[in-house]
Amino acid sequence: MAKIELRNISKKFKDDTVIPNLNLTIKDGSFTVLVGPSGCGKSTTLRMVAGLEQQSDGDIWIDDKCVNDTPPGLRDVAMVFQNYALYPTMTVRGNIEFGLKNRGVAKTDRNTLVTDISEIVGLAPYLDKKPQQLSGGQRQRVALARAMVKQPKVFILDEPLSNLDAKLRGQMRTELIQLHKRLGTTFVYVTHDQVEAMSMGDQIVVMNKGVIQQADSPMKLYHDPENLFTAEFIGTPAMNTMSMKDVRGLDVQANGYIASLGFRPEQALLNAGPEVRGHVIEGEIVTRESLGAEQIYQIRTGGGVFFVKTFLAPLATADRVKVTIPYEHLYYFGPGGERLRAGIEAGAKQLVQAGGI
Amino acid sequence: MTLWAKLRPYGMVAPAILVFSLFFIYPIFYMIYLSMFDWNFVSPTKAFVGLQNFQDLLSEEDFRKVLTNTSIYTILTVTLTTGLALLLALWLNKRNIFHGFVQGAIFSPHIISLVSISLLWSWLMDPEYGLLNWVIGLVGFGKLQWLSHPSTALVSLVMVAVWKGVGYNALVFIAGLQSIPADIYEAASLDRSKPWTTFTKLILPMLSPTIFFLVIINMIGSFQVFETIAIMTQGGPINSTNTLVYYIYENGFRFFKIGYASAAGVILLIIVGILTIVYFKLLSNRVHYR
Ligand SMILES: Nc1ncnc2c1ncn2[C@@H]1O[C@H](COP(=O)(O)OP(=O)(O)OP(=O)(O)O)[C@@H](O)[C@H]1O
Ligand SMILES: [Mg+2]
Repeated sequence: MAKIELRNISKKFKDDTVIPNLNLTIKDGSFTVLVGPSGCGKSTTLRMVAGLEQQSDGDIWIDDKCVNDTPPGLRDVAMVFQNYALYPTMTVRGNIEFGLKNRGVAKTDRNTLVTDISEIVGLAPYLDKKPQQLSGGQRQRVALARAMVKQPKVFILDEPLSNLDAKLRGQMRTELIQLHKRLGTTFVYVTHDQVEAMSMGDQIVVMNKGVIQQADSPMKLYHDPENLFTAEFIGTPAMNTMSMKDVRGLDVQANGYIASLGFRPEQALLNAGPEVRGHVIEGEIVTRESLGAEQIYQIRTGGGVFFVKTFLAPLATADRVKVTIPYEHLYYFGPGGERLRAGIEAGAKQLVQAGGI
Repeated sequence: MTLWAKLRPYGMVAPAILVFSLFFIYPIFYMIYLSMFDWNFVSPTKAFVGLQNFQDLLSEEDFRKVLTNTSIYTILTVTLTTGLALLLALWLNKRNIFHGFVQGAIFSPHIISLVSISLLWSWLMDPEYGLLNWVIGLVGFGKLQWLSHPSTALVSLVMVAVWKGVGYNALVFIAGLQSIPADIYEAASLDRSKPWTTFTKLILPMLSPTIFFLVIINMIGSFQVFETIAIMTQGGPINSTNTLVYYIYENGFRFFKIGYASAAGVILLIIVGILTIVYFKLLSNRVHYR
């Protein structure tokens, strides 16, 4: 078990600064997920923790030890690669025990360890097969077993499920969560799939262009995003946003300048009665997607195209609808994309009676 | 219409089949046929002698010497070329301008004609005026006789063959090395594998198809060595560099013992055939791991 600290880490490839200045603490025993769009530096961060890539500047601490100059094998870190990186000429057993052999673990101990691990991940019948005789899911398990058998302080997994089909991915996801519970080891997990991140992590680190946008629990990220990027990245469909210029009929009092407004598709109501206090937008339904329990509508309005998601409600058949977003579910963002929270008061614009007495 | 559709594929392959039969299949059978005759190339009659040619060959001292020479030459050339090429490839596998230059330099002998190479090396290895003796003289060693002494001639020819072949072999090895994904090395480093362990336990096994391919190709090539010998030593001194193909050539086209030469040719065919079969058998069963 181990806490990982990244202090003022930067990484350059030649003249390309991929990570400008990164500070992150990964709690002991946590399941931390790094998530972000492709190319944002997740793998690079992970590989620096494992020691496969040297940071250009800054310190990496694992527990109470600065590991800047510790070679990968001595960091007590095990990694599961995206393409598994199994040794193709070795059997499953050979793959699992290679690390143990290099540590000089005695043969009898090795055998017990390999037997135990292969029971856990369900590989016992395949120990004498070569990786290329296995299915994708089985290879994934070999990669896991190879990492587990070393009893590392930290598990690092770089998009380990991206090569699996949807069903297997779901199954392996559950297995990984259970595995983390059982081992209690620190897991650092990379994915660019925010659904995977939300369902697995207890701490999620949202990255963009080498910069951490927000590091929080899944619920906090969803309900309380710190900026526009996180707000739009987390959730399916993504949060609807519109420029404040296009907003009609909303009266907002704020301390700062509000550049844009957002709301979650699942918090908007279709054709709600007047008793709901909220911002109302009129629009036209462009498409309807029904997934059984939930429906997703694409609605065109004067302020752009929005998504609205409803649960267990009958499918709306009318073309024109009224979308109501309760005021408390509106999110406001400043010109730099930062979230504005304090001192915002919203209400419907009062129509000034012109020419009255 | 349907007839044409049926015939068309045969029509398409016919030219290739024709050329192949004319220049490969027919000569092989004609050689096997000739190996059972006594014929001097010009006389209108050939005397059928059965397997007499083979009997003579196998009991002849010279022919045994030729087989030994060819085997020694092959074993030395193959192990040295493949081994050196592997070392070079491991070194050249990192890509930069310097390595690119070295790779080009060691590859260039592969595209030079064997005749030029032979002349060049005859000159370099000249005992009196050659560059090689001058260089080893500088370092303080005595002169070597190179091609002019039975004890060094064959090894000198091996040197030339290695020099010519090592660049191409290294190139193939580099291709093999580059097909090993980088994350295998990374996984190994996380598994605390020492460089030597990584090499023997991971890289070598993954390269085994490449190694095997090169060994067989080099063996087949070395068994048929001819040009360097014809130009540099003519099989001498005292038969010390006489090899199978040169022996066939001498008997056939200098002594005009066509039947005899054909019999030696059949033996060469059998040896190369066996090597080829071994190659394909092993390739399909054992060495290939994918
Ligand atoms: N060896 C390298 N040399 C040069 N640039 C690199 C190298 N490795 C990564 N990069 C660059 O660093 C950036 C971050 O790459 P990284 O692999 O960390 O992205 P990622 O977040 O893991 O993306 P993905 O989700 O696609 O795996 C990319 O712009 C990439 O081009
Ligand atoms: Mg990546």
